[in-house]
Amino acid sequence: MSLPMSSILPIAFDGIAYASWLFLISAGLTLIYGVMHILNVAHGSLYALGAYAACSLAGAWLGGGLPAAGSFAMLLLAAILVGSLVGPLIERGLLQWMYGKDEVVLVLITYAVFLIMEDVIKLVWGVDSLLLPEPYALPGTFQLGGLLYPVYNVLLIALALATGLAVAWALYRTRQGKVLLAVIHDREMSMAMGINVSRVYLATFAVGATLAALGGAFTAPTIAVTPGIGVEVIVLAFAVVVIGGLGSLGGAALGALLVGLVRSATVHYWPEAELFSIYAVMAMVLIARPKGLFAAQEARKI
Amino acid sequence: MRPLSSFGLRAALAAFVFLLAVPASLAQQPIKVGIVTFLSGPAAGPFGIPARNAAELTAELLNAGTVPAPYTQKGFGGTPIELVIIDEAGGPQKQVAEYRNLVPRVDIVIGYISSGDCLAIAPVAEEQKKLTVLFDCGTPRIFEDASYKHVFRTGPTGTMDNVSVALYLVERTPNVKSIAGLNQNYAWGQDSWADFENAMKTLKPGIEVKTSQMPKLFAGQFGAEITTLLGSGAEVIHSSMWGGDLEGLVLQGAPRGLFEKHKVVLSAGEPAINRLGTRIPDGTILGARGPFGPFAPDTDLARWLKTTYQDRYHVPPNYASFKMTQAILGVKAAYEKAKGNGKEAPDQDKIIAALENLTFQGPGGPVKMALGKGHQAIMDAAVGTTKVEGGELKIVDIARYSAAKVNPPDGVKSEAWIKSGLKK
Repeated sequence: MSLPMSSILPIAFDGIAYASWLFLISAGLTLIYGVMHILNVAHGSLYALGAYAACSLAGAWLGGGLPAAGSFAMLLLAAILVGSLVGPLIERGLLQWMYGKDEVVLVLITYAVFLIMEDVIKLVWGVDSLLLPEPYALPGTFQLGGLLYPVYNVLLIALALATGLAVAWALYRTRQGKVLLAVIHDREMSMAMGINVSRVYLATFAVGATLAALGGAFTAPTIAVTPGIGVEVIVLAFAVVVIGGLGSLGGAALGALLVGLVRSATVHYWPEAELFSIYAVMAMVLIARPKGLFAAQEARKI
Repeated sequence: MRPLSSFGLRAALAAFVFLLAVPASLAQQPIKVGIVTFLSGPAAGPFGIPARNAAELTAELLNAGTVPAPYTQKGFGGTPIELVIIDEAGGPQKQVAEYRNLVPRVDIVIGYISSGDCLAIAPVAEEQKKLTVLFDCGTPRIFEDASYKHVFRTGPTGTMDNVSVALYLVERTPNVKSIAGLNQNYAWGQDSWADFENAMKTLKPGIEVKTSQMPKLFAGQFGAEITTLLGSGAEVIHSSMWGGDLEGLVLQGAPRGLFEKHKVVLSAGEPAINRLGTRIPDGTILGARGPFGPFAPDTDLARWLKTTYQDRYHVPPNYASFKMTQAILGVKAAYEKAKGNGKEAPDQDKIIAALENLTFQGPGGPVKMALGKGHQAIMDAAVGTTKVEGGELKIVDIARYSAAKVNPPDGVKSEAWIKSGLKK
């Protein structure tokens, strides 16, 4: 069956926009797992915290009558603040005492952090939803396949691309990135070579937390920011990084793209199956490649 | 010994009277009412907290005796009421455990917003033999699939919402030819869409259903769904979404022209009015799960709730607030009917007998316990259309439908009744 162009374009755009959002929230999760071997459940609440902080900062900015375009800078600032304050607080205050324990124990610990942060969010911001629609509406709309789309979606796609390229450049083209790759490859040997692994862990967690908060901050204008948004996101993010291969940035990007496009096509042609589409992709990928599309090679130690 | 001065005598007498009075006041134990509503999670903001606020306000003002007639007697039959409030969050399994813990601590349970929780709690309430009044959940299946002695629901079912919006729609757009749906993928969304779809097929035979979108509950993002709806060519879009999902739909759909290109029906949209205001586009058809909030008839009770709630919480009461107050007033009416002119507190069986088939006044108007062998309420329905005037969102063109017109007869299942042509 050949599809009309008027259908293909919107489906593809929706898929890519959704994939960009998925990649933004998954990139930090896969980075933290790759370096620290922690499946960070608290990633969901860092995302939520980014969204809430964005509502407060950008809301205050707009409420003060300052130029509306500056609200985008506030979204970015909210993500950086959350990442650089809360990320190190969790890593230095709790996680650094737990390294070396079983991965399952670390999952439980980050789950506890997730629950605590969910309550902290309710204490600070209450249970009513927060709205920040101005940045979403500000860039206007454009036509695609005869339908209106918000330009904000294009900005999200650009942000995801820029984030992916920046993280990849930092990992593979900078000295610090190569140090990080060395730690990923062999933690003990890196320590023996004089690398301060503790500092690498701190920096990685802070960057991962910032990426989670970045996803939340730039999602905030498109949704009603309500208690529980972190729960929904963490399940999706786990699915994407498992499809891509835990710890692989490229895998997360491809996983997000696969899920985004399949979901978009399912919504359009078979809406009853939408709920299962993500898990269907995950099941099919794992049948073919049990460790995901780009699972990191594990060095065999003698 | 010196004789007591007149001041000393008065003080001694006052102390004696006080000592006599203490056992009397201790003897008047309050009636403990368990209140179960969402205090956390995504349903807390739109429903749970407004319902809790209404419960606290109503209990306090009932105890003070300042509620308008016919509820001027203090507390329940002169006995003060005391609330034990617990969180509905956590899902049906957790709620069953919470319910079992709550039962020994209270005389009556009033609660539950989620249809899933109501379906799980009803048989447990029957097993525990505790009078339990469901105040909000919408699924008609509770009393259509089972029969209970101890369980009541003082709010109308979701069937009424969707039949009334379908009637409203067909009256205003008699030539409507196609519909589409966007509902959350769980019992509430599925049942609401089924009722609306069947009602439209009954009212407009041959109507075309373009698509039924069922995104995951709390998905938050509906970009692909909106694209599909925009491309579907449907004239009408029905949604029973609530909370953050509903707000997200309006925020994402309005800039893309969803509300301009289609007639959008939000069957449970009223709680979003206070949150979104003028962001809800003109011409959106809105329901409030009954004659609640801006749809409430102009009565002393409705004015009392609106004024006292607004004064205390600085927002108008939404339908969840109305329905919580309605449940408490319904139990009070039954309690006082069971007590009659006697001095003894009525036992639970007498209250149950009084509540069965009772007609009482709620802040949304008269409530008849007419379905489910007298355990399920029916009410008149109200539907309106949004209009932005002078920078404010108003509800205009409000239509009211009698309870009998939008509810099935007792003993007939909603789905069968709708498919039979809404016949009486």
